[in-house]
Amino acid sequence: MTSNTSENLYDTVPDAQGRFGQYGGKFVAETLMAALADLEVVYRTLAVDEQFQQEIDNDLQHYVGRPSPLYEASRWSDSIGGARIYLKREDLNHTGAHKVNNTVGQALLAKHMGKTRVIAETGAGQHGVATATIAARLGLDCVVFMGETDIQRQALNVYRMKLLGAEVVSVSSGSRTLKDAMNEAMRDWVTNVDTTFYIIGTVAGPHPYPMLVRDFQSVIGREARAQSLAQTGRLPDALVACVGGGSNAIGLFHPFLQDETVAMYGVEAGGHGVSTNQHAAPLTAGTPGVLHGNRTYLMQDGDGQIMDTHSISAGLDYPGVGPEHSWLKDIGRVNYVVAKDDEALRAFHKLTEIEGIMPALETSHALAYAETLAASMTPQQTIIVNLSGRGDKDILTVAKIDGIVV
Amino acid sequence: MSRIAGRFQQLAEQGRTALIPYIVAGDPSCDVTVPLMHRMVKSGADIIELGVPFSDPMSEGPVIQQGHERALENGMCLSQVLALVKEFRKFDDTTPLLLMGYANPVMHMGYAAFADAASAAGLDALLTVDIPPEEVEEINAELQRVGMDNIFLVAPTTPEERIVRIAAGASGFIYYVSLKGVTGAGHLDVNEVAQRLAAIRSHSTLPLAVGFGIKDADSAKTVAAVADGVVVGSALVDVMAQTVSRGGSSGQAIDAVAGLLDEIRKGIDSTAS
Repeated sequence: MTSNTSENLYDTVPDAQGRFGQYGGKFVAETLMAALADLEVVYRTLAVDEQFQQEIDNDLQHYVGRPSPLYEASRWSDSIGGARIYLKREDLNHTGAHKVNNTVGQALLAKHMGKTRVIAETGAGQHGVATATIAARLGLDCVVFMGETDIQRQALNVYRMKLLGAEVVSVSSGSRTLKDAMNEAMRDWVTNVDTTFYIIGTVAGPHPYPMLVRDFQSVIGREARAQSLAQTGRLPDALVACVGGGSNAIGLFHPFLQDETVAMYGVEAGGHGVSTNQHAAPLTAGTPGVLHGNRTYLMQDGDGQIMDTHSISAGLDYPGVGPEHSWLKDIGRVNYVVAKDDEALRAFHKLTEIEGIMPALETSHALAYAETLAASMTPQQTIIVNLSGRGDKDILTVAKIDGIVV
Repeated sequence: MSRIAGRFQQLAEQGRTALIPYIVAGDPSCDVTVPLMHRMVKSGADIIELGVPFSDPMSEGPVIQQGHERALENGMCLSQVLALVKEFRKFDDTTPLLLMGYANPVMHMGYAAFADAASAAGLDALLTVDIPPEEVEEINAELQRVGMDNIFLVAPTTPEERIVRIAAGASGFIYYVSLKGVTGAGHLDVNEVAQRLAAIRSHSTLPLAVGFGIKDADSAKTVAAVADGVVVGSALVDVMAQTVSRGGSSGQAIDAVAGLLDEIRKGIDSTAS
């Protein structure tokens, strides 16, 4: 494909129906259709409104602390001996992850729409914390839905949300993880649709969410692209990001999609291995279906029931993925690969010890794959890894695995 | 004429309102479902709505969610639900049957394969909660090919221009969701329902059934005064679950549903004109 057609291609999605090729769409109950239509109208108006964009930019700069640095991980790169690895430091954002880029944007949408209450689903708790944080700042009521299993493994973030004034609702249906939290958030939204704005944390859900979350997260890739040109004089040879729902990956990838020389790797949670069913890698081992309002790759059984997933990281423990990733997989623009629990855990320790940066377990999946990829490349080449979140929330999980009582 | 259209016409001639009970196929056990369906017909069910269990039933309140979970634990799946329909049809060729479920199991089977199997089993209609008019074209073509009705939802939040669009694609009847919320919620406002039904009637001549939030003879009676059909679901699933959890047998669970349905039928008929 020529550069011109590819430019047009990536700008054509989603289409008016919210489709990315055959993926995406609006598969929700009738009660929510009017709210989605309202949201789309408001978003399309505000997306080209200079004042609104200034409001967001101002928050990103002064409240979140952007731009986040692009940091050359020299000792780590030296130890591998291959490509030079740069880390896009989303862990340095206020609240410690990329999630806040999106909650800043959606909360401002909520405010403009006159909504007084926001709800969110959360897996690892990072999106819940980012939502509770913005809600505190804007004086909005905030309810966060979280699976019972995740509440246990992310206790610190649960308490953080409560300190921020949010109500955390424990979800004990289904697999008691992120997908069930999202079901419950949808149920709340359908009940309180007049007053409530649903801040979805990833590039999934019904249209227009995959589009607007992508747009809000694309600040990551826009900055990284400019920083790479300024710091290295060229574009990177490869991008690497972890993929659960896929918001940090889309945020990094999207502004580079037209740059044909830039290879992209989305790293799914391989759990105990994709041959075991104990994983969360729908793009690698799943098939297309409909969940949470969109058509996308899913982990499902022969009857179309959604399967339980497994990952060491609560934030990747999700059976679906954003529809744009499904499309990018099918057209071959992004390579989707996996890193297993133990590989992620090794990468967590490695980066902590060699760079003094403690990554989230989600991010550690991207780091694990980047290490393998870098080793196959030359020192003249560069890789940008999205360091999507910091690992403080995971210290207890890691200690438990390592057999240490904190 | 389809079984559904025929049934509503017959009821209209009698001045009666349709009673449409909902149960989850395979809940509380797989062998209860068909005998329960026959028993519900005896207790005055005009159309039976059979829930297809799904791992992520996003529009259901806790009572029906648990019904879905029990049914899945019992191994119920879409192809088995169609087998139950076929079994029911051996002894009842007149009661209209409607499947209510979510998009993914149907999509996974394949719309064409589903339409063929469902039609062969004797199913009359499908209602997929998460396939709104925007996404319905593909499956509607298959349902129409085999002469099945696609039942659409209209919600309290549906604007008038959408009602027009839904009415244009609907057949069988239109299902009005009586409240903003999940199944089994408890804040039904009958005056509001009446107003909304009048708005829908100005765009469609199809019968209008009302569901979500109708749980007993009283609420059924008030809704029946303004609607052509009354859907009752959570209350039935709940009475079954409670009977079983108290150690009751399958037969007692069926009796409990039939008892509640008898009362609701009486409530509805007390409004008959």
